[in-house]
Amino acid sequence: MTFGQLPYDVAHLLGGAMLLISFVLLYQRRVPAVINALAAQGALLAAAAAWQGWMQSAPQLYLTAIIALAAKAVLIPLALRALVRRLDLHRTVETALGIGPSLIAGVALVALAILVVLPVTAGARAIAREDLALALSVVLLGMLMMITRRNAILQVVGLMSMENGLILAAVGVAGMPLVVELSTAALVLVAFVVAGVFVFQIRERFDSVDIGFLESHRGERR
Amino acid sequence: MPLPWLIVFLPWGGAAALALIPRTALAARVNIGVAALSAILGLALLGHPGGEQGWTRVDALNAPFVALSTLIGLTTAIFSAGQVAAEGFDALRTRAYHAAFQLFLGAQALALLSDNLGVMWVAIEIATLASVLMVAVHGTPAAIEAAWKMFILCGVGIALALFGTILLTMAAQPVAGQGDPSLSWAALRAVAAQCDAGLLNLAFVFLVVGYGTKAGLVPLHSWLPDAEAEGPIAISAVLSGLLLNAALMAVLRIQAIVEANPGTVATGGILVALGLASVLLSALALWRRRDARRFFAWSSIGHMGIAAFAFGLGGAAANLAGLLHMAGHSVVKSAIFFGIGHAARLKGSQKIEDIGGLVATHPALGWGLAIAIAAIAGLPPFALFASEFLLVTATASAAWWLLPLLGLGLFTAVAAKVTTLQRLCLGDPTPDAAAGPGRMESLTAIAPLWLHLALALALGIAMPAPLAAMLQGAARMLG
Repeated sequence: MTFGQLPYDVAHLLGGAMLLISFVLLYQRRVPAVINALAAQGALLAAAAAWQGWMQSAPQLYLTAIIALAAKAVLIPLALRALVRRLDLHRTVETALGIGPSLIAGVALVALAILVVLPVTAGARAIAREDLALALSVVLLGMLMMITRRNAILQVVGLMSMENGLILAAVGVAGMPLVVELSTAALVLVAFVVAGVFVFQIRERFDSVDIGFLESHRGERR
Repeated sequence: MPLPWLIVFLPWGGAAALALIPRTALAARVNIGVAALSAILGLALLGHPGGEQGWTRVDALNAPFVALSTLIGLTTAIFSAGQVAAEGFDALRTRAYHAAFQLFLGAQALALLSDNLGVMWVAIEIATLASVLMVAVHGTPAAIEAAWKMFILCGVGIALALFGTILLTMAAQPVAGQGDPSLSWAALRAVAAQCDAGLLNLAFVFLVVGYGTKAGLVPLHSWLPDAEAEGPIAISAVLSGLLLNAALMAVLRIQAIVEANPGTVATGGILVALGLASVLLSALALWRRRDARRFFAWSSIGHMGIAAFAFGLGGAAANLAGLLHMAGHSVVKSAIFFGIGHAARLKGSQKIEDIGGLVATHPALGWGLAIAIAAIAGLPPFALFASEFLLVTATASAAWWLLPLLGLGLFTAVAAKVTTLQRLCLGDPTPDAAAGPGRMESLTAIAPLWLHLALALALGIAMPAPLAAMLQGAARMLG
C-alpha cells in the first residue's frame, strides 16, 4: 500500500461506516437509539462529502457537507426526538420481519449491490465504483428498513437513510453538477416537513403513530 | 425571462400569492386568473421555434403536452371554483389547497420542459409533494392514509430515480465531460452510443422503477387508486390528466437516451411487459370496484399501460399511437372526474351503486358523462379510439403474438366500462341528496366537461394539421 492510496482508504472507511450504521438501524428496536444512529449516519455523510470535496478540489462539496451536518446530524434528529417525547414512544416497536431474518436479508442485499455494481462499472475509476457499491447498499438497506417497519417515524427514518445513500453516491461522482446535491438537501427538508405534518395529524386521530391502525380505513373496506 | 421559464414561474408566483389569500371565493377567482394566463402562455408555446435554452428545451415531444396541461389546468381551476365552497375548508386549508394546486401545475410544466435531468427530477419531486399535500387536505383518516401511502411509495420511487440519474451522469462523464452537459438530455443522447452500456442498463432499471412508480405502472401502482379516491375531486383530474403524463414522459426521455446505445438491453421489452401487466391487471380490477373514483383511477392505470406498451413497441406508428393516447386520456379522464365529482355532489356519495339514472334526471350531466365514459372505453369517434386502433394495427405488424393479450385486456376493460356506464347514467334514478349544488356550481362542472369532450372529438377526427405534424415529428424523434 502506498501513501497515494490514503485518500481512497479514508473515503472507503467513511462509506463503510455508513453501511455499518445502516445495519444498526436494521436491528435496533428502540426508537431513540434509531434516531441516534441516523444522526451518526448523517455526520458520517457530512465527513464523506467534505473528504470528497478535498480530494476532488471541489469546494461546492463543502457546502453539501455543511448542509448534511446541519440538517441530518443535528436538526432533523432533534425534531424527531421532540416528536418521540411528545408521543411518548420510549419503547420498542414491532417489526414486520424478525431481527434475524432482516439482518440476513440485509447481508443479501449488500452482496447483491456489490454483484450488480462492480461488473458494470469496470470502466469507471476504482474509487467511484466502490463508493457506488457502498452507496447502493445503504440505499437498499434503507428500503428494507421501510419495508420491515410498520411505524410511521421509522419509515421516515428509513427514507432519510436511503437519501443518505443517494448523496453518498452523488458526492462520489467527480464533477456531478451541483444542482443535484443542493436540491436533494433542500428537498429532504421539505419532504421531512411534509412527513412531520402527517405524523402530527395521525397522532390527533389515532393516539399512535403505528400505521397498522390505518389499514382499516382503506377505501374499499369501509 | 424565456417563455419556458415563464410558464413555470407564473404558476409558482400565483402559488405564493394564493398562499396569502384566506377567502375562498377570492382565492378561487385568482386561481382561475393565474390558470388562464398560463393557458395563454401554454398555447403560445406551440408557436415557439423550439430548441434548448439552458436547462429547458422545447421540442415537438413536450410542446403539445405543455399546452394541453395548461388548458386542463384552466378547466380544472374553473371546476374547482364551483366545488371548493362546498368543501368547507378553513382559512388554512383554503390557502394550502390553492397554493399547492398552482405549485403542482408549475412543477409538472417544468418536468415536461426541462432538458437537464437533475432539474426534471426536482420538478417531479415538487409535483409529488404538492399533490401529497392536496390529497391530505381533507384531514380525514382515509385521506391521511392515502396521502401517507403516496408519500412513502413515491418517496422511494423518487429516491430510486435520483440514483438512476447519478448513474447516468457517471456513464456520460468520460464522454460528455463534467458539469451540466453530463445531465443534459440532448447531450446525453448524442454521446450515449459511446457510453458504457452496463452503466446505462443499470441506470435505466432504476429510472424506470423510479419514474414508473409515479406513472402508475403495475406493479408500482398501488398508491394511485387511494390518492385519487381521497382529497378534493379537482385533484383527481390533474393527477390523472397531468402527473401521470409528466412521469411517463420522463420514462420516454430516459428510454430515448438508453436506446441510442446499441449495446444496452432491450428497453422496449421492459416497457411492453410493464404496460401489458398494467393493462391486464386494471382490466380485471375494474370489475371489482364499488367506488366510482377508484374505478376511474384503475382505468388510468390501464391507459398508462396502453401508452407504455405502445412506446415499448417502438416505431413511428406505435409512438404516435402512444402520444395520442396520452393526450386523449388526459382530456377525457379529467372530463370524467368533473362529471363524477358533480354527480357525487348531487347524490351525496361517490359509490357507484348510489349514483344511477343520471340521464333521466340530469340530462346535461348524464349524457356528458355517458359520452365521456364511452370515449374513455375507446369507442369511436374520439381520440382514444384513433390511438387504440393505430396501436392494434402497429402491434399486428410488429409483434402479432402480443395481440391476444393486448386484445384481452382492452376488451375486458371496455366491457367493464360499458357496464359502469349503464349503471351510472342509465337505469333507475337514485334519490338526490338534500343539499345539492346550485345553478352556477353545476355550470362550472358541466361546461368544462363538454368542452373536454369537444376537444377529444377534435383530437380524434379533426386534428389541426400543424398539431398532427408536431405529434408525428415527436413520434419519429423517439424512434
